[in-house]
Amino acid sequence: MANSETNTIEELGVSKEYQYGFHDDIKPTFKSRKGLDEEVINQMSDIKGEPDWMRQYRLDAYKIFKQKPMTKWGGDLSQLDFDDIYYYVKASDRSERSWDDVPDDIKKTFDRLGIPEAERKFLAGVGAQYDSEVVYHNIVEELDKIGVVFLDTDTAVKEYPDLVKKYFGSIIPSADNQFAALNSAAWSGGSFVYVPPGVKVEYPLQAYFRINSENMGQFERTLIIADEGSQVHYVEGCTAPTYSSESLHSAVVEIVCMKGSRVRYTTIQNWANNVYNLVTKRAFAYEDAQMEWVDGNLGSKLTMKYPSVYMMEPGARGDILSIAFASKGQHQDAGAKVYHCAPHTTSQITSKSISKDGGRSSYRGWVDVAKGAKGCKSHVVCDALILDKDSRSDTYPVIEIGENDTNIEHEARVSKIGEEQLFYLMSRGLSEEEASTMIVNGFIEPLVKELPMEYAVEMNRLIQLQMEGSVG
Amino acid sequence: MNSEIIIKDLHISVQEKPIIKGLNLTVKQGEIHALMGPNGSGKSTLANGLMGHPLYDIDSGEVIFNGVDILELEPNERAKLGLFLAFQYPTAIPGVSMANFLRLAVSAVRAKGGNGSGDDGLIPMREFRRELRAKMKQLGIDDSFARRYLNDGFSGGEKKRAEILQLAMLEPQIAILDETDSGLDIDAIRVVGESVSQLIGPELGVLIITHYPRLLDYIRPQFVHILLDGQIVESGGWELTQMLEAEGYDPIRKKYDIEE
Repeated sequence: MANSETNTIEELGVSKEYQYGFHDDIKPTFKSRKGLDEEVINQMSDIKGEPDWMRQYRLDAYKIFKQKPMTKWGGDLSQLDFDDIYYYVKASDRSERSWDDVPDDIKKTFDRLGIPEAERKFLAGVGAQYDSEVVYHNIVEELDKIGVVFLDTDTAVKEYPDLVKKYFGSIIPSADNQFAALNSAAWSGGSFVYVPPGVKVEYPLQAYFRINSENMGQFERTLIIADEGSQVHYVEGCTAPTYSSESLHSAVVEIVCMKGSRVRYTTIQNWANNVYNLVTKRAFAYEDAQMEWVDGNLGSKLTMKYPSVYMMEPGARGDILSIAFASKGQHQDAGAKVYHCAPHTTSQITSKSISKDGGRSSYRGWVDVAKGAKGCKSHVVCDALILDKDSRSDTYPVIEIGENDTNIEHEARVSKIGEEQLFYLMSRGLSEEEASTMIVNGFIEPLVKELPMEYAVEMNRLIQLQMEGSVG
Repeated sequence: MNSEIIIKDLHISVQEKPIIKGLNLTVKQGEIHALMGPNGSGKSTLANGLMGHPLYDIDSGEVIFNGVDILELEPNERAKLGLFLAFQYPTAIPGVSMANFLRLAVSAVRAKGGNGSGDDGLIPMREFRRELRAKMKQLGIDDSFARRYLNDGFSGGEKKRAEILQLAMLEPQIAILDETDSGLDIDAIRVVGESVSQLIGPELGVLIITHYPRLLDYIRPQFVHILLDGQIVESGGWELTQMLEAEGYDPIRKKYDIEE
């Protein structure tokens, strides 16, 4: 229960060995002071024991971040104070947060979701998770046999410097946007995955397996490289509300889909309602490669997230399925971007949003077809469901076509839960709340059926929780 | 005790326009009643009003079901008491499979008065599946039906069969079939008619609402009522349907001096 805020790098003395990030015994802790500057970055880099190139990468990114003006589009960021945030919290510090400190409503939700005790503590940022450590090691052993690398990104920097150097920031450069710059300067944790040519990973790789406290940090950095003809499904996040004492989550996810590979990246996020969730996710898909984003956003105060696919060579395909649930005091500004940079590339965007109790959801989409990229197809479907008159939904689609020989379709629908639908279900014995919940669950079914089973079940239960007390 | 629904001097209006104007009718468990009337006579208004549709205003009267005045109850409470409405135009609920929906509905209705039908109160999956499969077989409905989204993209005939399947699963004491034959061709009417006749028995009271006697060939009512301008003007037996088949509604309109 040590309060580590006053600890400094001098007290800690040396950087700690970092393996898998499990810190279940008592170890010195570190929490940087509030705010970000070169000194904090240097401290962080020292503690991590990073090679110089990564330290320099961070410092360069920090310069870019300082030059970027505050993002003005999307949601309201005026309350976000970059100087009032801890940018680096060493793992063992988090693990010493007491269960008693976790807010009651979050504990109650864990109860309702039936999440096991050990997992709850992890989700709440309390304690290490022994079971999943074992699970993770077994999985890593299995993956080793087929040459798949699945590590936290900090470890990958040390163990696979060539791969990391080559691809880190190659998809999302530090200068891409303000939050990519911030992440590049302050990143910690996240996953590194490399799948060798022709290897198909049979089961989803779940960030959950690779649990360690840093994984749940605010500035994760994930890099996935699917070599030629390989296949992998990566799943991150979880449906239980992720408790965070910090108010900013700004991750970067970069994915390289080489020729003929197929990558699916599934995220379900349910941040606590004080969190700004500003994430940059992008994939490059080369010849005949297929990239699929499945992205679910619940919780948070403001989410700005637009997974994108750049189709770089002919035959590439990008599919983005996203869902947002905006409740009281929340703004979900989510969407998708597809760039058809080569001929005969195909994309499909399906976006669904639900707004309730004054929540606001926006779809922000971008479809771009480069000049000369003949024979491209893009299909965008945007469905918004508004549950009451206080709630709001907006659509901001942009379509940039530089080529005549293309086929672009955009459909947008806004609907309310109809009186006829409610009456119909109620006439079969369902209460108004059960009926509304069923309609909402049906609405998001296209996403839920793409989820691994256990996530799908939790997702439906979560919607049920969100809908409780919403009517009558 | 046998269930019965007693409708006393019922007045219903829609958007302040009176449609049902003092209707009296009693349907007992095990009885089959047909309520026939031309378009605009108030048939669907009666059906929706009895089930508690929020857009249908009850101006006066009573509806006593098993001793309870149900007019103040929510539609789901009426369903739990054992009342069922097969819709003329069933609504689509995209993304919700027939099986999931039915499991929740059956669990809710069988829990009766209890309001604790969360996910814990559900009828066990195996038991439910066995029952659903048996009922679908009895009604000649293909297994794949259970996985389809409720009424979503269903043909007219499929929608009506889905209604009958729900009727079979929910096992009400009194069922109102609102124009179950509308929009169906002769073959579809036969299929639906035969399905309904499978479910007829001493446990079920039926009020079939129709303007067209064909469905009644499959489901012989003991009682036939003619609805004109919001009131039942004639009650009798099978002979009334014969008369309507032969002469249409005009002679009755003339008799009661009601304009088309």
